[in-house]
Amino acid sequence: MQPRLATYRKLTNALVVGLSGFSALIGLFFLGWILMVVILKGMAAFSPDFFLKLPTPPGVPGGGLANAIVGTLLITLLSVLLGVPLGILGGVYLSEFGEQSKIAAAVRFCSNVLMGTPSIIVGVFIYAIMVYPLGHFSGYAGAVSLAVIMLPVVVRTTEDMLRLVPNSLRESALALGAPRWKVTVQVVFRAAKSGLFTGVLLAIARVSGETAPLLFTALNSPYWMESLSKPTANLTVTIFNYAMSPYKDWQRQAWGASLLIMMGVLFVTLVGRFYLKGRKTP
Amino acid sequence: MGSAFVLPLLILGLFVALTGLSLPSIKRFGLHFIVSPAWNPVKHDFGALSSIYGTLVSTFIAMILAVPLSLAIALFQVELVPPVIGRVVGSAIELLAAIPSIIYGMWGLFVFAPFMADHVQPFLARIGGNLPLFKGPPMGIGMLTAGLILALMILPFITSVTSDVFRMVPAHLKESAYGMGSTTFEVARKITLRYGIDGVVGAGFLGLGRALGETMAVTFVIGNSHRISASLFTGANSIASTLANEFTEASDPLYLSSLVELGLILLILTVMVQILSQLWLRRMRRKTGKGM
Repeated sequence: MQPRLATYRKLTNALVVGLSGFSALIGLFFLGWILMVVILKGMAAFSPDFFLKLPTPPGVPGGGLANAIVGTLLITLLSVLLGVPLGILGGVYLSEFGEQSKIAAAVRFCSNVLMGTPSIIVGVFIYAIMVYPLGHFSGYAGAVSLAVIMLPVVVRTTEDMLRLVPNSLRESALALGAPRWKVTVQVVFRAAKSGLFTGVLLAIARVSGETAPLLFTALNSPYWMESLSKPTANLTVTIFNYAMSPYKDWQRQAWGASLLIMMGVLFVTLVGRFYLKGRKTP
Repeated sequence: MGSAFVLPLLILGLFVALTGLSLPSIKRFGLHFIVSPAWNPVKHDFGALSSIYGTLVSTFIAMILAVPLSLAIALFQVELVPPVIGRVVGSAIELLAAIPSIIYGMWGLFVFAPFMADHVQPFLARIGGNLPLFKGPPMGIGMLTAGLILALMILPFITSVTSDVFRMVPAHLKESAYGMGSTTFEVARKITLRYGIDGVVGAGFLGLGRALGETMAVTFVIGNSHRISASLFTGANSIASTLANEFTEASDPLYLSSLVELGLILLILTVMVQILSQLWLRRMRRKTGKGM
């Protein structure tokens, strides 16, 4: 085998190093581009009316998205109330009781499959079991679909966080005669508290920007909601409808709503990350 | 502790509910549904071919762009820069994953598509004008733009898994190679990549699953026409975009059930990808003897 020239090898190396640096720049460039566009265009739409008033009829300028802001908050809150307890219980089962059993492996497998299921399919599913039989769209259906999307995320992070709790803690508590459930609730939960909190935050971040499942479940509405059993206004579906409309004023408001959603999601994500980091390096 | 069993039940429920609602269309069209390019709500004639085609082509574009780019970024993070800078770049790239799909849609429709129409597409038409791929008016929206945005969206997922895998490569392997006089690229290609190739494939599966089901961003920019065209400039559709656009407008039962059957096809596709990737990960874990 003929040894290759050192200059050739050095040139290839420089080329690849340059290219991979360039790739990283591409990624950062697009991130900066998207953030900048949304912030600039979104800020232009912010005004007291935007936060306090109801939408105007098509083509009439002015108005705001107060009902959609409230709707999004309510639907997200309800989905947290549904999805988080169930997800934490599931994670507790996998980490504390099921562990290496065949059943736990099957549950874990299903959780991963569900995590990879497109959110729009979850929307169609909830449509099929809640909207279709009842005959009308509702905020409840929207919350349930978000809870289904959230569930595998909470299960996964709960299991991971509980596994980080050292076994010696469990054994000490058991040796003192505490029953299994008491060990879980009073010792393991307490040790993994900030981790669980992070998991919940990341799950909220995951669902609060979702649009596709709400399209088929909560739909949208230009009015204040009377109850969550009716079609409920929300920011993401409003963005979709407004962006596709020919009215400049609506498109402007869609940018405002985009900024609001993006700020919310990024804020929750960053707080979650911050917590996670604080826990990893005490 | 019965709560854990909600998960298998949900998976089962997904299949049962979607199959149930799509029964009318399954009965009416049978297997022909999958290969028929028709989509005519007025004549009650539906077929999934154009949507399946659009889903696969846009995903393919995204994968051939995102996989090499992610590999390069992961190498940059892990091998080329000091860990501090690597971590900062890594967190920034991961922020791309936190941006909601609909934001990509807004940016894609109002900013990126006009940019494509004014600059990128005329350029591609000039250098590759004879290829059927780059024929047609540069409208900005269409298959190519959708594929590009998808690539950007799955980039953080593939990058993050790949860089984790690269970090797991034992330092003594790399150091021995450097000691023999290898360049950085040679170490990356012959040591890091070879050691981590299984993980990279796993990361690819993850991105693939994401790209197949991505809805809002694609719906905004793909153009939504039920047409199969060789050109990447023309409007197209994907299963997810068809659902997002037409579901609430579907007035008669057959229309609705055809849409649900589209959803069922997408569900089967993504579950297959999931099962493959899980099996792959399990095989990998057995081989290397450690968790991922």
